[in-house]
Amino acid sequence: MKDMSYAAMMDRRNEILKKAVGIDYEQFARGRFVFDYEAMMKKVGYTLEEIREIQKETDVGETPLWEMKNLTRLVRKLASPGKGARIFVKDEAANPSGSFKARRASVSVYRAQQQGYPGVVSATSGNYGAAVASQATKRNMKCIVVQEVFDSKGDGQPEILEKGRKCEAYGAEVLQLSVGPELFYTFLRVLEETGFFNASLYTPFGIAGVETLGYEVATEIKEREGKHPEKVLITHAGGGNLTGTARGLEKAGAKDTEVVGVSVDLTGLHSASDHDFNRKSFTTGHTGFGVPFTTWPDRADVPRNAARSLRYLDRYLTVTQGQVFYATEALAQLEGLERGPAGNTSLAAALALAQEMDQDEILVVQETEYTGAGKHPTAQLSFAQEKGIEVRRGDPHEEKPGESIIIPRGPEDLFYKEMDTERLRLSYLRSLQKQHPAPYSEEEIEFLAEELSVSPERVHELLEKVE
Amino acid sequence: MKIARQGDWVQIHRVILSPGERAEQVPEETKKVPLELRVKGWLLLDKASEGEEVVIKTPAGRELEGKLIAVNPPFMHGFGSPIPELLEVGSELRAYLEEEGSR
Repeated sequence: MKDMSYAAMMDRRNEILKKAVGIDYEQFARGRFVFDYEAMMKKVGYTLEEIREIQKETDVGETPLWEMKNLTRLVRKLASPGKGARIFVKDEAANPSGSFKARRASVSVYRAQQQGYPGVVSATSGNYGAAVASQATKRNMKCIVVQEVFDSKGDGQPEILEKGRKCEAYGAEVLQLSVGPELFYTFLRVLEETGFFNASLYTPFGIAGVETLGYEVATEIKEREGKHPEKVLITHAGGGNLTGTARGLEKAGAKDTEVVGVSVDLTGLHSASDHDFNRKSFTTGHTGFGVPFTTWPDRADVPRNAARSLRYLDRYLTVTQGQVFYATEALAQLEGLERGPAGNTSLAAALALAQEMDQDEILVVQETEYTGAGKHPTAQLSFAQEKGIEVRRGDPHEEKPGESIIIPRGPEDLFYKEMDTERLRLSYLRSLQKQHPAPYSEEEIEFLAEELSVSPERVHELLEKVE
Repeated sequence: MKIARQGDWVQIHRVILSPGERAEQVPEETKKVPLELRVKGWLLLDKASEGEEVVIKTPAGRELEGKLIAVNPPFMHGFGSPIPELLEVGSELRAYLEEEGSR
Protein backbone atom coordinates (compact mmCIF):
# COMPACT_ATOMS: atom_id res chain seq x y z
CA MET A 1 0.00 0.00 0.00
CA LYS A 2 1.16 3.51 -0.77
CA ASP A 3 2.42 5.71 2.05
CA MET A 4 -0.15 8.51 2.44
CA SER A 5 1.68 10.52 5.14
CA TYR A 6 2.29 14.23 4.62
CA ALA A 7 6.00 13.72 3.95
CA ALA A 8 5.43 10.85 1.51
CA MET A 9 2.85 12.80 -0.50
CA MET A 10 5.20 15.78 -0.71
CA ASP A 11 7.95 13.48 -1.98
CA ARG A 12 5.64 12.26 -4.74
CA ARG A 13 4.42 15.77 -5.57
CA ASN A 14 6.28 16.28 -8.84
CA GLU A 15 5.31 12.88 -10.17
CA ILE A 16 1.63 13.43 -9.26
CA LEU A 17 1.58 16.95 -10.70
CA LYS A 18 3.26 15.89 -13.91
CA LYS A 19 0.54 13.31 -14.53
CA ALA A 20 -2.18 15.75 -13.56
CA VAL A 21 -1.27 18.66 -15.84
CA GLY A 22 0.22 16.71 -18.70
CA ILE A 23 3.21 19.03 -18.96
CA ASP A 24 6.77 17.86 -18.60
CA TYR A 25 8.26 20.99 -17.05
CA GLU A 26 11.76 19.49 -17.23
CA GLN A 27 11.92 20.14 -20.97
CA PHE A 28 12.01 23.91 -20.33
CA ALA A 29 14.68 23.73 -17.63
CA ARG A 30 18.13 25.11 -18.41
CA GLY A 31 20.28 24.37 -15.40
CA ARG A 32 19.51 24.81 -11.72
CA PHE A 33 16.79 27.48 -11.94
CA VAL A 34 16.83 28.99 -15.42
CA PHE A 35 13.96 27.95 -17.67
CA ASP A 36 12.57 29.02 -21.02
CA TYR A 37 9.41 30.91 -20.02
CA GLU A 38 8.30 31.89 -23.50
CA ALA A 39 8.80 28.34 -24.81
CA MET A 40 6.62 27.13 -21.97
CA MET A 41 3.91 29.68 -22.80
CA LYS A 42 4.02 28.70 -26.48
CA LYS A 43 3.76 25.05 -25.56
CA VAL A 44 0.22 25.87 -24.48
CA GLY A 45 -0.39 25.13 -28.11
CA TYR A 46 -3.07 27.78 -28.53
CA THR A 47 -2.76 31.17 -30.13
CA LEU A 48 -4.77 34.11 -28.85
CA GLU A 49 -7.27 33.53 -31.69
CA GLU A 50 -7.66 29.88 -30.70
CA ILE A 51 -8.25 30.86 -27.09
CA ARG A 52 -10.92 33.33 -28.17
CA GLU A 53 -12.62 30.47 -30.05
CA ILE A 54 -12.33 28.12 -27.05
CA GLN A 55 -13.85 30.80 -24.82
CA LYS A 56 -16.65 31.50 -27.28
CA GLU A 57 -17.64 27.82 -27.15
CA THR A 58 -18.46 28.16 -23.45
CA ASP A 59 -19.74 31.76 -23.41
CA VAL A 60 -16.66 33.28 -21.77
CA GLY A 61 -15.28 36.77 -22.38
CA GLU A 62 -16.34 39.67 -24.60
CA THR A 63 -17.71 41.29 -21.48
CA PRO A 64 -18.99 44.88 -21.54
CA LEU A 65 -16.59 47.76 -20.99
CA TRP A 66 -18.44 50.62 -19.33
CA GLU A 67 -17.40 54.24 -18.85
CA MET A 68 -17.96 55.33 -15.24
CA LYS A 69 -19.23 58.84 -15.93
CA ASN A 70 -20.31 59.68 -12.40
CA LEU A 71 -17.13 58.32 -10.82
CA THR A 72 -15.11 60.32 -13.34
CA ARG A 73 -17.11 63.39 -12.35
CA LEU A 74 -16.35 62.66 -8.71
CA VAL A 75 -12.64 62.28 -9.40
CA ARG A 76 -12.52 65.54 -11.38
CA LYS A 77 -14.19 67.38 -8.55
CA LEU A 78 -11.53 66.13 -6.16
CA ALA A 79 -8.59 66.75 -8.51
CA SER A 80 -6.63 69.90 -9.42
CA PRO A 81 -7.93 71.86 -12.46
CA GLY A 82 -7.39 69.90 -15.69
CA LYS A 83 -6.83 66.65 -13.85
CA GLY A 84 -9.02 63.56 -13.52
CA ALA A 85 -8.76 60.72 -16.03
CA ARG A 86 -11.79 59.00 -17.53
CA ILE A 87 -12.48 55.76 -15.68
CA PHE A 88 -13.67 52.65 -17.52
CA VAL A 89 -14.63 49.34 -15.92
CA LYS A 90 -14.54 45.93 -17.61
CA ASP A 91 -17.61 44.17 -16.25
CA GLU A 92 -16.13 40.71 -15.83
CA ALA A 93 -19.04 39.75 -13.57
CA ALA A 94 -20.84 39.11 -16.88
CA ASN A 95 -18.86 35.88 -17.37
CA PRO A 96 -20.81 32.62 -16.77
CA SER A 97 -19.56 32.08 -13.21
CA GLY A 98 -19.54 35.78 -12.32
CA SER A 99 -15.85 36.65 -12.52
CA PHE A 100 -12.84 36.88 -14.84
CA LYS A 101 -11.76 33.48 -13.51
CA ALA A 102 -14.01 31.89 -16.14
CA ARG A 103 -11.32 32.89 -18.65
CA ARG A 104 -8.67 30.94 -16.76
CA ALA A 105 -10.91 27.96 -16.20
CA SER A 106 -12.12 27.77 -19.81
CA VAL A 107 -8.75 26.90 -21.30
CA SER A 108 -7.82 24.48 -18.50
CA VAL A 109 -11.07 22.55 -18.78
CA TYR A 110 -10.82 22.50 -22.58
CA ARG A 111 -7.31 21.12 -22.30
CA ALA A 112 -8.43 18.48 -19.79
CA GLN A 113 -11.18 17.38 -22.16
CA GLN A 114 -8.85 17.28 -25.17
CA GLN A 115 -6.39 15.11 -23.28
CA GLY A 116 -9.06 12.68 -22.16
CA TYR A 117 -9.00 13.30 -18.41
CA PRO A 118 -12.20 12.10 -16.71
CA GLY A 119 -12.54 15.25 -14.59
CA VAL A 120 -10.87 18.33 -13.17
CA VAL A 121 -9.71 19.32 -9.68
CA SER A 122 -9.10 22.82 -8.44
CA ALA A 123 -7.58 23.96 -5.15
CA THR A 124 -9.04 27.37 -4.35
CA SER A 125 -11.32 29.17 -1.92
CA GLY A 126 -11.95 31.85 -4.48
CA ASN A 127 -14.03 32.57 -7.56
CA TYR A 128 -11.83 30.19 -9.52
CA GLY A 129 -13.55 27.14 -8.00
CA ALA A 130 -16.93 28.26 -9.28
CA ALA A 131 -15.36 29.07 -12.64
CA VAL A 132 -13.87 25.59 -13.01
CA ALA A 133 -17.13 24.00 -11.83
CA SER A 134 -19.15 26.04 -14.33
CA GLN A 135 -16.80 25.34 -17.25
CA ALA A 136 -16.63 21.63 -16.35
CA THR A 137 -20.42 21.49 -16.42
CA LYS A 138 -20.48 23.11 -19.85
CA ARG A 139 -18.07 20.46 -21.12
CA ASN A 140 -19.82 17.58 -19.34
CA MET A 141 -16.89 16.80 -17.07
CA LYS A 142 -16.72 15.97 -13.37
CA CYS A 143 -15.30 18.54 -10.99
CA ILE A 144 -13.85 18.53 -7.48
CA VAL A 145 -13.01 21.76 -5.67
CA VAL A 146 -10.75 21.79 -2.59
CA GLN A 147 -11.39 24.86 -0.41
CA GLU A 148 -9.91 26.29 2.77
CA VAL A 149 -13.06 27.33 4.63
CA PHE A 150 -13.15 26.97 8.39
CA ASP A 151 -11.10 27.81 11.44
CA SER A 152 -10.79 25.20 14.19
CA LYS A 153 -14.13 26.31 15.67
CA GLY A 154 -15.86 25.46 12.41
CA ASP A 155 -16.44 29.12 11.59
CA GLY A 156 -16.23 30.17 7.97
CA GLN A 157 -16.18 33.54 6.28
CA PRO A 158 -19.44 34.31 4.50
CA GLU A 159 -17.56 35.05 1.29
CA ILE A 160 -15.98 31.59 1.18
CA LEU A 161 -19.20 29.86 2.21
CA GLU A 162 -20.89 31.55 -0.73
CA LYS A 163 -18.20 30.39 -3.12
CA GLY A 164 -18.63 26.84 -1.82
CA ARG A 165 -22.37 27.07 -2.41
CA LYS A 166 -21.79 28.30 -5.94
CA CYS A 167 -19.49 25.35 -6.72
CA GLU A 168 -22.21 22.99 -5.47
CA ALA A 169 -24.77 24.85 -7.58
CA TYR A 170 -22.76 23.89 -10.68
CA GLY A 171 -22.63 20.25 -9.58
CA ALA A 172 -19.14 20.05 -8.12
CA GLU A 173 -17.94 17.97 -5.17
CA VAL A 174 -16.64 20.48 -2.64
CA LEU A 175 -14.02 19.39 -0.12
CA GLN A 176 -14.09 21.99 2.65
CA LEU A 177 -11.00 22.10 4.85
CA SER A 178 -9.94 23.90 7.99
CA VAL A 179 -7.06 26.40 7.90
CA GLY A 180 -3.61 25.31 6.80
CA PRO A 181 -1.27 25.01 3.85
CA GLU A 182 -1.76 21.23 3.95
CA LEU A 183 -4.70 21.89 1.68
CA PHE A 184 -2.08 21.08 -0.91
CA TYR A 185 -1.63 17.64 0.69
CA THR A 186 -5.36 16.90 0.35
CA PHE A 187 -5.25 18.22 -3.20
CA LEU A 188 -2.39 15.85 -4.13
CA ARG A 189 -4.28 12.92 -2.62
CA VAL A 190 -7.36 13.74 -4.66
CA LEU A 191 -5.31 14.03 -7.86
CA GLU A 192 -3.63 10.68 -7.17
CA GLU A 193 -6.85 8.91 -6.27
CA THR A 194 -8.95 10.22 -9.16
CA GLY A 195 -6.49 10.71 -12.04
CA PHE A 196 -8.30 14.00 -12.74
CA PHE A 197 -6.67 17.03 -14.39
CA ASN A 198 -5.10 19.67 -12.15
CA ALA A 199 -6.92 22.84 -13.21
CA SER A 200 -4.22 24.87 -11.50
CA LEU A 201 -4.40 28.65 -11.57
CA TYR A 202 -0.77 28.73 -12.57
CA THR A 203 -0.40 26.57 -15.68
CA PRO A 204 0.33 28.20 -19.03
CA PHE A 205 -3.31 27.41 -19.98
CA GLY A 206 -4.68 29.29 -16.99
CA ILE A 207 -2.60 32.36 -17.74
CA ALA A 208 -3.18 32.27 -21.50
CA GLY A 209 -6.91 32.34 -20.75
CA VAL A 210 -6.54 35.81 -19.20
CA GLU A 211 -4.67 37.21 -22.21
CA THR A 212 -8.01 37.74 -23.96
CA LEU A 213 -8.99 40.13 -21.15
CA GLY A 214 -6.01 42.42 -21.75
CA TYR A 215 -6.53 42.10 -25.47
CA GLU A 216 -10.21 43.06 -25.27
CA VAL A 217 -9.44 46.08 -23.05
CA ALA A 218 -6.78 47.40 -25.44
CA THR A 219 -8.65 46.82 -28.69
CA GLU A 220 -12.00 48.07 -27.48
CA ILE A 221 -10.62 51.31 -26.03
CA LYS A 222 -8.61 51.81 -29.22
CA GLU A 223 -11.69 51.29 -31.34
CA ARG A 224 -13.87 53.62 -29.29
CA GLU A 225 -11.38 56.29 -28.29
CA GLY A 226 -8.69 56.09 -30.96
CA LYS A 227 -5.88 55.17 -28.56
CA HIS A 228 -4.88 52.59 -26.01
CA PRO A 229 -5.58 53.31 -22.33
CA GLU A 230 -2.82 55.09 -20.40
CA LYS A 231 -3.19 52.81 -17.37
CA VAL A 232 -4.81 49.47 -16.61
CA LEU A 233 -5.41 48.66 -12.94
CA ILE A 234 -5.41 45.00 -12.00
CA THR A 235 -6.37 43.44 -8.67
CA HIS A 236 -3.29 41.45 -7.74
CA ALA A 237 -2.94 38.24 -5.72
CA GLY A 238 -1.23 35.16 -7.18
CA GLY A 239 -0.15 37.10 -10.27
CA GLY A 240 -2.22 35.36 -12.95
CA ASN A 241 -4.62 38.22 -13.52
CA LEU A 242 -1.72 40.64 -13.86
CA THR A 243 0.49 38.42 -16.02
CA GLY A 244 -2.30 37.36 -18.37
CA THR A 245 -3.74 40.84 -18.75
CA ALA A 246 -0.31 42.38 -19.38
CA ARG A 247 0.50 39.75 -22.02
CA GLY A 248 -2.85 40.40 -23.71
CA LEU A 249 -2.20 44.15 -23.73
CA GLU A 250 1.16 43.50 -25.36
CA LYS A 251 -0.37 41.20 -27.97
CA ALA A 252 -2.84 43.97 -28.84
CA GLY A 253 0.07 46.34 -29.33
CA ALA A 254 -0.63 48.44 -26.23
CA LYS A 255 3.05 48.70 -25.39
CA ASP A 256 2.87 52.05 -23.62
CA THR A 257 -0.02 51.18 -21.34
CA GLU A 258 1.11 51.19 -17.73
CA VAL A 259 0.36 47.93 -15.89
CA VAL A 260 -0.61 48.69 -12.30
CA GLY A 261 -1.20 45.93 -9.74
CA VAL A 262 -3.38 46.67 -6.71
CA SER A 263 -3.80 44.62 -3.51
CA VAL A 264 -5.65 45.11 -0.26
CA ASP A 265 -3.12 45.78 2.47
CA LEU A 266 -3.29 42.97 5.03
CA THR A 267 0.21 43.44 6.38
CA GLY A 268 0.71 41.61 9.66
CA LEU A 269 -1.95 38.91 9.18
CA HIS A 270 -0.61 35.40 8.63
CA SER A 271 -2.38 33.52 5.85
CA ALA A 272 -1.90 30.10 7.49
CA SER A 273 -2.86 31.15 11.01
CA ASP A 274 -5.95 29.56 12.58
CA HIS A 275 -6.34 32.74 14.66
CA ASP A 276 -5.85 35.31 11.88
CA PHE A 277 -7.88 33.41 9.28
CA ASN A 278 -11.23 34.98 10.13
CA ARG A 279 -9.86 38.38 11.09
CA LYS A 280 -9.44 39.51 7.50
CA SER A 281 -12.36 40.64 5.39
CA PHE A 282 -10.73 39.83 2.08
CA THR A 283 -9.89 36.29 1.08
CA THR A 284 -8.07 37.24 -2.09
CA GLY A 285 -6.59 40.22 -3.88
CA HIS A 286 -4.55 40.98 -0.77
CA THR A 287 -0.88 41.41 0.08
CA GLY A 288 -0.82 38.01 1.85
CA PHE A 289 -0.79 36.48 -1.65
CA GLY A 290 0.37 39.42 -3.73
CA VAL A 291 3.73 39.97 -2.07
CA PRO A 292 4.94 36.36 -1.65
CA PHE A 293 3.82 35.36 -5.15
CA THR A 294 5.44 38.43 -6.71
CA THR A 295 8.73 37.84 -4.96
CA TRP A 296 8.74 34.04 -5.40
CA PRO A 297 6.26 32.80 -8.03
CA ASP A 298 7.30 29.13 -7.85
CA ARG A 299 5.49 28.56 -4.56
CA ALA A 300 2.47 27.48 -6.65
CA ASP A 301 0.88 24.05 -7.16
CA VAL A 302 2.85 23.43 -10.38
CA PRO A 303 6.64 23.14 -10.75
CA ARG A 304 6.88 26.32 -12.82
CA ASN A 305 4.41 29.11 -12.27
CA ALA A 306 3.29 30.74 -15.51
CA ALA A 307 2.21 33.83 -13.54
CA ARG A 308 5.38 35.89 -13.13
CA SER A 309 4.36 39.38 -12.07
CA LEU A 310 7.74 41.10 -11.89
CA ARG A 311 8.13 40.58 -15.64
CA TYR A 312 5.10 42.82 -16.22
CA LEU A 313 4.43 44.96 -13.17
CA ASP A 314 5.08 48.68 -13.71
CA ARG A 315 3.66 49.79 -10.37
CA TYR A 316 2.26 48.01 -7.33
CA LEU A 317 -0.24 49.89 -5.14
CA THR A 318 -2.07 48.92 -1.97
CA VAL A 319 -5.35 50.15 -0.53
CA THR A 320 -7.10 49.47 2.79
CA GLN A 321 -10.08 47.19 3.35
CA GLY A 322 -12.22 50.19 4.35
CA GLN A 323 -11.41 51.98 1.10
CA VAL A 324 -12.49 48.98 -0.96
CA PHE A 325 -15.83 48.80 0.85
CA TYR A 326 -16.22 52.54 0.26
CA ALA A 327 -15.44 52.15 -3.46
CA THR A 328 -17.92 49.26 -3.67
CA GLU A 329 -20.59 51.49 -2.16
CA ALA A 330 -19.65 54.33 -4.53
CA LEU A 331 -19.95 52.02 -7.56
CA ALA A 332 -23.42 50.92 -6.46
CA GLN A 333 -24.68 54.35 -5.45
CA LEU A 334 -23.21 56.50 -8.23
CA GLU A 335 -23.06 54.06 -11.16
CA GLY A 336 -25.93 51.69 -10.35
CA LEU A 337 -23.58 48.70 -10.48
CA GLU A 338 -23.72 46.45 -7.43
CA ARG A 339 -20.66 44.20 -7.58
CA GLY A 340 -18.59 42.11 -5.15
CA PRO A 341 -16.04 43.92 -2.94
CA ALA A 342 -12.92 41.88 -3.77
CA GLY A 343 -13.27 42.68 -7.48
CA ASN A 344 -13.35 46.39 -6.62
CA THR A 345 -9.88 46.46 -5.06
CA SER A 346 -8.34 48.13 -8.09
CA LEU A 347 -11.34 50.48 -8.38
CA ALA A 348 -10.50 51.87 -4.93
CA ALA A 349 -6.99 52.72 -6.10
CA ALA A 350 -8.35 54.05 -9.40
CA LEU A 351 -10.39 56.72 -7.60
CA ALA A 352 -7.17 58.12 -6.12
CA LEU A 353 -4.83 57.51 -9.06
CA ALA A 354 -7.15 59.02 -11.70
CA GLN A 355 -6.92 62.36 -9.82
CA GLU A 356 -3.25 62.61 -10.78
CA MET A 357 -3.86 61.98 -14.47
CA ASP A 358 -4.90 64.46 -17.18
CA GLN A 359 -8.53 64.69 -18.20
CA ASP A 360 -7.83 63.33 -21.68
CA GLU A 361 -6.20 60.22 -20.26
CA ILE A 362 -7.95 56.87 -19.80
CA LEU A 363 -7.71 54.49 -16.88
CA VAL A 364 -9.27 51.02 -17.08
CA VAL A 365 -10.25 48.93 -14.07
CA GLN A 366 -10.13 45.52 -15.69
CA GLU A 367 -12.52 43.48 -13.56
CA THR A 368 -15.65 43.25 -11.46
CA GLU A 369 -17.05 40.16 -9.76
CA TYR A 370 -20.59 39.05 -8.92
CA THR A 371 -22.13 39.93 -5.60
CA GLY A 372 -24.75 38.20 -3.47
CA ALA A 373 -25.27 36.63 -0.07
CA GLY A 374 -21.91 36.40 1.70
CA LYS A 375 -20.02 38.32 -0.98
CA HIS A 376 -21.27 41.73 -0.05
CA PRO A 377 -20.07 44.63 2.15
CA THR A 378 -22.90 44.15 4.64
CA ALA A 379 -22.20 40.41 4.99
CA GLN A 380 -18.45 40.82 5.26
CA LEU A 381 -18.55 43.76 7.65
CA SER A 382 -21.19 42.09 9.86
CA PHE A 383 -18.92 39.05 10.10
CA ALA A 384 -15.91 41.25 10.90
CA GLN A 385 -17.85 42.93 13.72
CA GLU A 386 -18.82 39.51 15.13
CA LYS A 387 -15.10 38.69 15.22
CA GLY A 388 -14.44 41.82 17.28
CA ILE A 389 -13.08 43.96 14.43
CA GLU A 390 -13.87 47.64 14.92
CA VAL A 391 -15.76 49.21 12.00
CA ARG A 392 -15.91 53.02 11.97
CA ARG A 393 -15.67 56.12 9.81
CA GLY A 394 -12.32 57.85 9.98
CA ASP A 395 -8.93 58.34 8.40
CA PRO A 396 -8.19 55.10 6.51
CA HIS A 397 -4.47 55.56 7.26
CA GLU A 398 -5.33 54.45 10.81
CA GLU A 399 -6.72 51.06 9.74
CA LYS A 400 -4.95 48.10 11.37
CA PRO A 401 -5.61 44.81 9.54
CA GLY A 402 -7.16 42.32 11.96
CA GLU A 403 -8.17 45.05 14.40
CA SER A 404 -10.07 47.71 12.51
CA ILE A 405 -11.75 48.55 9.23
CA ILE A 406 -11.98 52.27 8.66
CA ILE A 407 -14.53 53.58 6.18
CA PRO A 408 -13.26 56.86 4.70
CA ARG A 409 -15.00 60.02 6.00
CA GLY A 410 -15.42 61.25 2.44
CA PRO A 411 -13.95 60.86 -1.06
CA GLU A 412 -11.03 63.16 -0.08
CA ASP A 413 -9.81 60.35 2.20
CA LEU A 414 -9.15 57.96 -0.69
CA PHE A 415 -5.47 57.25 -1.26
CA TYR A 416 -3.14 54.50 -2.31
CA LYS A 417 0.25 53.40 -1.02
CA GLU A 418 3.00 52.75 -3.52
CA MET A 419 5.05 49.66 -2.95
CA ASP A 420 8.71 50.00 -3.83
CA THR A 421 9.21 47.62 -6.77
CA GLU A 422 12.97 47.68 -6.18
CA ARG A 423 12.37 46.14 -2.76
CA LEU A 424 10.24 43.46 -4.40
CA ARG A 425 13.07 42.67 -6.80
CA LEU A 426 15.55 42.48 -3.91
CA SER A 427 13.19 40.18 -2.07
CA TYR A 428 12.97 37.94 -5.14
CA LEU A 429 16.77 37.73 -5.24
CA ARG A 430 16.93 36.96 -1.52
CA SER A 431 14.49 34.07 -1.99
CA LEU A 432 16.57 32.86 -4.93
CA GLN A 433 19.82 32.98 -2.98
CA LYS A 434 18.39 30.85 -0.20
CA GLN A 435 17.74 28.06 -2.67
CA HIS A 436 20.42 28.68 -5.30
CA PRO A 437 23.39 30.55 -3.84
CA ALA A 438 25.70 32.81 -5.87
CA PRO A 439 27.80 32.98 -7.99
CA TYR A 440 25.55 33.13 -11.05
CA SER A 441 26.49 32.33 -14.63
CA GLU A 442 25.91 34.73 -17.51
CA GLU A 443 22.89 32.70 -18.61
CA GLU A 444 21.48 32.90 -15.09
CA ILE A 445 21.95 36.67 -14.96
CA GLU A 446 20.16 37.03 -18.28
CA PHE A 447 17.28 34.94 -17.00
CA LEU A 448 17.08 37.09 -13.87
CA ALA A 449 17.07 40.22 -16.01
CA GLU A 450 13.96 38.87 -17.77
CA GLU A 451 12.37 37.76 -14.50
CA LEU A 452 12.85 41.17 -12.90
CA SER A 453 12.34 43.19 -16.07
CA VAL A 454 15.66 45.04 -15.70
CA SER A 455 19.00 45.03 -17.54
CA PRO A 456 21.69 42.42 -16.73
CA GLU A 457 23.84 45.27 -15.32
CA ARG A 458 21.02 46.17 -12.96
CA VAL A 459 20.78 42.53 -11.82
CA HIS A 460 24.45 42.71 -10.79
CA GLU A 461 23.82 45.93 -8.87
CA LEU A 462 20.78 44.46 -7.12
CA LEU A 463 22.71 41.31 -6.24
CA GLU A 464 25.38 43.43 -4.58
CA LYS A 465 22.72 45.13 -2.49
CA VAL A 466 21.31 41.77 -1.41
CA GLU A 467 24.73 40.57 -0.32
CA MET B 1 -30.58 13.63 17.10
CA LYS B 2 -31.33 13.77 13.41
CA ILE B 3 -31.70 10.58 11.40
CA ALA B 4 -30.76 10.43 7.73
CA ARG B 5 -32.10 7.91 5.23
CA GLN B 6 -30.58 6.55 2.07
CA GLY B 7 -30.38 9.20 -0.61
CA ASP B 8 -30.57 12.13 1.83
CA TRP B 9 -28.20 15.06 1.20
CA VAL B 10 -25.84 15.03 4.17
CA GLN B 11 -22.53 16.42 5.41
CA ILE B 12 -19.70 14.30 6.82
CA HIS B 13 -16.59 15.20 8.79
CA ARG B 14 -13.17 13.61 8.88
CA VAL B 15 -9.79 14.44 10.43
CA ILE B 16 -7.19 14.51 7.65
CA LEU B 17 -4.12 15.26 9.78
CA SER B 18 -4.08 15.11 13.57
CA PRO B 19 -2.12 17.81 15.47
CA GLY B 20 1.05 15.65 15.53
CA GLU B 21 0.98 15.11 11.77
CA ARG B 22 0.78 18.72 10.62
CA ALA B 23 3.36 20.33 8.34
CA GLU B 24 6.55 21.87 9.70
CA GLN B 25 5.90 25.38 8.39
CA VAL B 26 2.45 25.74 10.00
CA PRO B 27 2.14 28.47 12.70
CA GLU B 28 2.07 27.16 16.30
CA GLU B 29 -1.62 27.83 16.98
CA THR B 30 -2.56 25.99 13.79
CA LYS B 31 -0.31 23.04 14.68
CA LYS B 32 -2.27 22.51 17.90
CA VAL B 33 -5.48 21.72 16.00
CA PRO B 34 -6.24 18.99 13.47
CA LEU B 35 -6.73 19.54 9.74
CA GLU B 36 -10.41 18.78 9.27
CA LEU B 37 -12.53 18.03 6.22
CA ARG B 38 -16.23 18.56 5.66
CA VAL B 39 -17.95 17.38 2.51
CA LYS B 40 -21.51 16.87 1.31
CA GLY B 41 -23.15 14.11 -0.69
CA TRP B 42 -25.96 11.56 -0.71
CA LEU B 43 -26.12 8.95 2.06
CA LEU B 44 -25.46 5.42 0.81
CA LEU B 45 -26.47 3.52 3.98
CA ASP B 46 -30.15 2.66 4.62
CA LYS B 47 -30.28 4.81 7.71
CA ALA B 48 -27.84 6.62 10.02
CA SER B 49 -27.85 9.03 12.95
CA GLU B 50 -25.65 12.07 13.39
CA GLY B 51 -22.32 11.03 14.86
CA GLU B 52 -22.22 7.65 13.10
CA GLU B 53 -19.58 6.64 10.57
CA VAL B 54 -21.19 6.60 7.13
CA VAL B 55 -20.45 6.46 3.41
CA ILE B 56 -21.70 9.09 0.98
CA LYS B 57 -21.70 9.48 -2.78
CA THR B 58 -20.50 12.92 -3.85
CA PRO B 59 -21.72 14.90 -6.88
CA ALA B 60 -18.49 13.82 -8.64
CA GLY B 61 -19.53 10.20 -8.09
CA ARG B 62 -16.92 9.31 -5.46
CA GLU B 63 -17.68 7.34 -2.33
CA LEU B 64 -16.28 8.95 0.81
CA GLU B 65 -16.37 7.86 4.45
CA GLY B 66 -16.73 10.05 7.51
CA LYS B 67 -18.79 10.93 10.54
CA LEU B 68 -22.28 12.17 9.77
CA ILE B 69 -22.58 15.72 11.12
CA ALA B 70 -25.61 17.20 9.37
CA VAL B 71 -28.67 16.21 7.39
CA ASN B 72 -29.61 18.59 4.57
CA PRO B 73 -27.50 21.37 6.12
CA PRO B 74 -28.87 24.87 5.40
CA PHE B 75 -26.79 27.69 3.93
CA MET B 76 -26.24 30.01 6.86
CA HIS B 77 -24.53 32.89 5.08
CA GLY B 78 -26.62 35.89 4.14
CA PHE B 79 -26.30 39.64 3.74
CA GLY B 80 -25.74 40.40 7.41
CA SER B 81 -27.05 43.63 8.90
CA PRO B 82 -26.99 46.98 7.13
CA ILE B 83 -23.81 48.82 8.11
CA PRO B 84 -24.58 52.35 9.38
CA GLU B 85 -21.08 53.53 8.42
CA LEU B 86 -21.83 52.61 4.80
CA LEU B 87 -25.49 53.59 4.67
CA GLU B 88 -24.62 57.29 4.55
CA VAL B 89 -22.01 57.02 1.81
CA GLY B 90 -24.41 57.15 -1.14
CA SER B 91 -26.26 60.29 -0.14
CA GLU B 92 -23.01 61.97 0.90
CA LEU B 93 -21.44 61.32 -2.49
CA ARG B 94 -24.52 62.53 -4.38
CA ALA B 95 -24.63 65.70 -2.29
CA TYR B 96 -20.92 66.24 -2.93
CA LEU B 97 -21.42 65.96 -6.70
CA GLU B 98 -24.28 68.46 -6.59
CA GLU B 99 -22.25 71.08 -4.71
CA GLU B 100 -21.18 74.20 -6.59
CA GLY B 101 -17.59 74.63 -7.65
CA SER B 102 -17.12 71.64 -9.94
CA ARG B 103 -13.81 71.85 -11.77
